[in-house]
Amino acid sequence: MLEISELACTRGDHRLFSGLSFSLSEGELLQVEGVNGSGKTSLLRTLCGFMMPEAGVVRWRGEDIRKLREEYHAEMIYLGHLNAIKDELNALENLHINAGLAGYALDDKQAIAALRRMGLRGRETLPVKVLSQGQRRRVALARLLVGNAPLWILDEPLTALDVGAVILMQELIGEHLANKGMVIYTTHQPLEVAGVVTRRLSLS
Amino acid sequence: MSSMDKSLTAGTAKDKLSLFGLLGLVIRRDLILAMRRRADVLTTLVFFVMVVSLFPLGVGPELDMLRKMAPGVVWVAALLASMLSLVRLFSADYLDGTLEQLLLAPQPLSLLVLGKIIAHWMVSGLPLVLMAPVLGLQFDMSAQALWVLIATLLLGTPILSMIGAVGAALTLGLRGGGVLVSLLVLPLCIPVLIFGAGAVEAVTSGMSVVSHLSLLGAMMLLALVFTPWVTAQALRISME
Amino acid sequence: MAINWFKYSAPTAFYGLAGKLVPWFAWSSAILFAIGLYISFFVAPTDATQSEAYRIMFIHVPTSILSMFIYLVMAFYAAVGLVFNTRLSSMMATALAPTGALFAFISLWTGAMWGKPMWGAWWVWDARLTSELILLFLYFGFIALHASIDDPRRADRAAALLAIVGSVNVPIIYFSVKWWNTLHQGSTIKFSGTSMHIAMQQALFTMLLACWTYSVAISLLRVRSIVLERERNTQWVAELEEVRS
Repeated sequence: MLEISELACTRGDHRLFSGLSFSLSEGELLQVEGVNGSGKTSLLRTLCGFMMPEAGVVRWRGEDIRKLREEYHAEMIYLGHLNAIKDELNALENLHINAGLAGYALDDKQAIAALRRMGLRGRETLPVKVLSQGQRRRVALARLLVGNAPLWILDEPLTALDVGAVILMQELIGEHLANKGMVIYTTHQPLEVAGVVTRRLSLS
Repeated sequence: MSSMDKSLTAGTAKDKLSLFGLLGLVIRRDLILAMRRRADVLTTLVFFVMVVSLFPLGVGPELDMLRKMAPGVVWVAALLASMLSLVRLFSADYLDGTLEQLLLAPQPLSLLVLGKIIAHWMVSGLPLVLMAPVLGLQFDMSAQALWVLIATLLLGTPILSMIGAVGAALTLGLRGGGVLVSLLVLPLCIPVLIFGAGAVEAVTSGMSVVSHLSLLGAMMLLALVFTPWVTAQALRISME
Repeated sequence: MAINWFKYSAPTAFYGLAGKLVPWFAWSSAILFAIGLYISFFVAPTDATQSEAYRIMFIHVPTSILSMFIYLVMAFYAAVGLVFNTRLSSMMATALAPTGALFAFISLWTGAMWGKPMWGAWWVWDARLTSELILLFLYFGFIALHASIDDPRRADRAAALLAIVGSVNVPIIYFSVKWWNTLHQGSTIKFSGTSMHIAMQQALFTMLLACWTYSVAISLLRVRSIVLERERNTQWVAELEEVRS
């Protein structure tokens, strides 16, 4: 469903990669590997549509994502290095805003259930700024639970997470893949999903 | 805090938000965020008051001269205060990653931007409009002049916010900060200054202000139609 | 023989073409300046009302016209670069900006020098001079924005958007300044009468051409060095004669 053909990316003055082609279908898990500075984040951001590639095209369901714009955005969730949550709001409010912007329904019960699953029981209504880094990451990840987008683009999702949370993430990804979702991600920590073979793409 | 919670969570119980609902959501979000960081809001207002008060100290307390200078002084101070507050329009969202998510939302970006601009004006521009008459009294302005001052600021400060939004979007994350935005935006705001201050002068010399106000109104409509889209493009350029 | 113009939209080919064109424009400019200044100062007759001081107009008017023209050309190239994503157009816009700003500055300076003998003050808030000042600010904004952004692509595109917004605003700014000036009964710097001696017309026209050829020459030179800087990591630059030596 996601096809990349002959993609080339430039950052500033130098070429990061070129001639990159691959595809991602339902139920597939793709890890992008490479040393620091090899263009992993740039690749993911190009897939989101932030950066225009130097050459090549990204297609979703056969259409160029630059033409699809909003339809493509409705079917993907991007989680980058930043958590994208407001410190002054609490976890519940953050989830509701996300839901409103992303255009799907979310009632309090669902939101609280998602936060509890992420291990934030009792912290749903605390302002996010009093939570620890790991807890904030969990709030950011809770977005994945309540959204219904098939494509997950995750840039180092395990940052700041403890062992328990890493296992939880692996479960969540596994469930998403079983539900006909697809995930493309980068990570510096090992991520193994039970029963799924991880495809690897190396940029170095 | 609990009543605010409700306003953010209530809206999303139904399925998809209409365009107005979306606009309302963005405005409410920014207003609530501003309320929880009240210091930012107050500094703009205090700056405005301080700049206006500096002029009599600089030029002497002769009421005749101050009365003549008043519209220009208040307007320039409003311009400067708006410029300084512009940095806040996108920078907080840029720094914590929520701006990225706004670009990725399956909604028209122009609409989301318009919501942010409206909320920003309510927090930074509207207080100036409300404060201006008080300051006008410092300059011994007549009641008529004060009314026209309020009217011009009411029409003009949204224009400043809108043109400023383009500047703020272009300078996202850059080192120059408020000074760079001001350098870019001030020349473009000069027509607003000319007609805004000019209207108050016209009324004090007994002339009609209809043409000034209608020009300001026309500029505001023009800005309303074009700036959200231009700002959205500027955001996309800055977020690459 | 059809010239394939599109070939020159690549920095590599344009570099060579620009290099060949610069001497032509530079020499034309020097000659035109010589002729123009001669006519301005020696051939054109003394003006009845303004005596010798009016001769400053022969520098002031061409530089004013060109500062305006260059802004529009700059905005045009910037827009092309933004819409069609061509690097060379953006480089051309960046190359034009300093020259345009220089002309705006000279125009203001000569305007002040003209105003002093006429009105006794170094600066009068004449509508055109004030608009020229605002134009200078717009140039500064463009240059400052471009200089503040490290990533060359973002810099090009952001400055392009600013230039487009600026050029749309210029008529609005000019109109409002004109209105402001007439309301306040400001002074107007203007040459007396509608008929000009033929020598004065010749001088003006020659100086205008001189300034134009100068700006073409200097902008081509500048764009060459911008091309070199941007493409410094490529093969073709490394193989250039001037780089290898």
